[in-house]
Amino acid sequence: MAEQFIGKASEFKDGDRQIVRIGEDEIGVFKHEGAFYAYSNFCLHQGGPACEGLTIANVEERLRPDKTSMGLHFTDQMNFVCPWHGYEYDMKTGCHVKDKSVKLRKYDVVTKGNDVYVVA
Amino acid sequence: MDLIADRGRRVQVDELNTSKLLAHAAKQTRDKGFDDVLIVDVDAHHYENESFGEILPFMENEVLKQLAIASRAKGGRGNVAPSGFGYQDMGGRVTRYPLRSSEKTDANGPHRDVQLGNRWMDAMGVDYSCLFPTGMLSIGLHPQKEMEVELCWAYNRWVTEKALPESGGRLFTMLCLPFSDADECLRQVETFGHRPGVRGFMVTTVRPKMGVQDNAYMKVYRAIEERGLVLSFHSGPSWGDHTFQSCNRFLSAHALGFSWYNILHCTNWVVNGMGERFPKLPVLWIEAGLSWIPFVMQRIDHEYMLRPSECPLLKKKPSDYMRDMFYSVQPMEIQDMGALETTFRMMDAENSLLYASDYPHWDFDLPSTIWDLPFLTDKARHNILGGTAHRLFKLPPRNEAQKQNLIKYGNYQEF
Repeated sequence: MAEQFIGKASEFKDGDRQIVRIGEDEIGVFKHEGAFYAYSNFCLHQGGPACEGLTIANVEERLRPDKTSMGLHFTDQMNFVCPWHGYEYDMKTGCHVKDKSVKLRKYDVVTKGNDVYVVA
Repeated sequence: MDLIADRGRRVQVDELNTSKLLAHAAKQTRDKGFDDVLIVDVDAHHYENESFGEILPFMENEVLKQLAIASRAKGGRGNVAPSGFGYQDMGGRVTRYPLRSSEKTDANGPHRDVQLGNRWMDAMGVDYSCLFPTGMLSIGLHPQKEMEVELCWAYNRWVTEKALPESGGRLFTMLCLPFSDADECLRQVETFGHRPGVRGFMVTTVRPKMGVQDNAYMKVYRAIEERGLVLSFHSGPSWGDHTFQSCNRFLSAHALGFSWYNILHCTNWVVNGMGERFPKLPVLWIEAGLSWIPFVMQRIDHEYMLRPSECPLLKKKPSDYMRDMFYSVQPMEIQDMGALETTFRMMDAENSLLYASDYPHWDFDLPSTIWDLPFLTDKARHNILGGTAHRLFKLPPRNEAQKQNLIKYGNYQEF
């Protein structure tokens, strides 16, 4: 496993992302709530650029105790969405938000001083 | 560009470039050797409303033309054609919707829609695409029959005189019929049926009242059959239809609607013996997915055996007539692989199924969705992706390797 330098930590703001190309592979690196997350940029649906689309909060439907709906609400969980068809992945796990068996390959990200590396 | 995400948060994404967006599709094309396979996309779209400035002047009636053009003038509030409501873009998650206007094309090149078409076709390894409109798929909901006729006429003139001629033959079409007026349908078949790039005619199936078995349409079907052209039925959703007004999610209305309208009209087509009346007319059912097909086959075969007096024209089971027709593959429900394999078997997919992307719409399918199916023979792969369409639409191979593959799998014909 090689470490690929992707940039200076100080240059990543929360919400930033970078697509790293290593040979034929592509890895999407996100900074979210102070932490780095890195996943394969190939969507498990039809191979779209999974990490290049919108980042958006997860949606939940809240129910009252009597099971009536209180409607749709954004939660604190952040997702990223493949722009081809809308496959939506949990930023912290890389799992499809509705089927955890659908999981993008995850890569480690290490920080050495101010330098950020993805391990691929 | 910025897109609006949750709670007004802005997310920066690149401006749209179709070639860049589909770079992974281009990789699949290279990896799988699609250049050697004739691939015909029987259902792709453009946004014709962006060209209404060019289209509307082709309207014939001066008063209706003035109404339509004036409604689009600056400050105008009118809609020229019916527009469905919904959330195709999933709140901006499918980024090519909100970013479409940001895509740059060559002002000195062919029509913008042709340039965009070339980008997605090249990326996917598609050789030919059947170009359909988008908004006009709802033309059957227009309350004015005469405006439906005028808009179809204007679009059909524009697409055959302006758009297709600039595509170098890679875009073809099945022209939109004003199905509310059978006499006008016939006039448009007679007027446009011989034009280059016209391989058939299309009925939009989202209509409040439409019986494909009505006697008024027999002359239209006969005219299409006599010309060796294809009759297609393109489905769509209609959330406002009373059937779907109880759906509180776009997903529900969309998933059911696209299947429902083809279920409805295909059933009427089969039960009324249209396959016996027009045995040489190729009929193609578009954009309803595939899972409805075994459902309808089983339902109407079952009732056919119980109520034969209601379908005296049929000489074989309804499902046999369904296997005589054609179906576009998209959006293919790849969920239960065993069920999908059974569906392919029941519909004789090797001979009846045609690849379709539906690009750029949100649930498009790449050629790899067919290519990678584990249960298909090589012949079935080649037939579905383009071999059957090659024969149906008379589209020549674009290189020698494609020709050799067409020969290898028994599809090649000289035109």
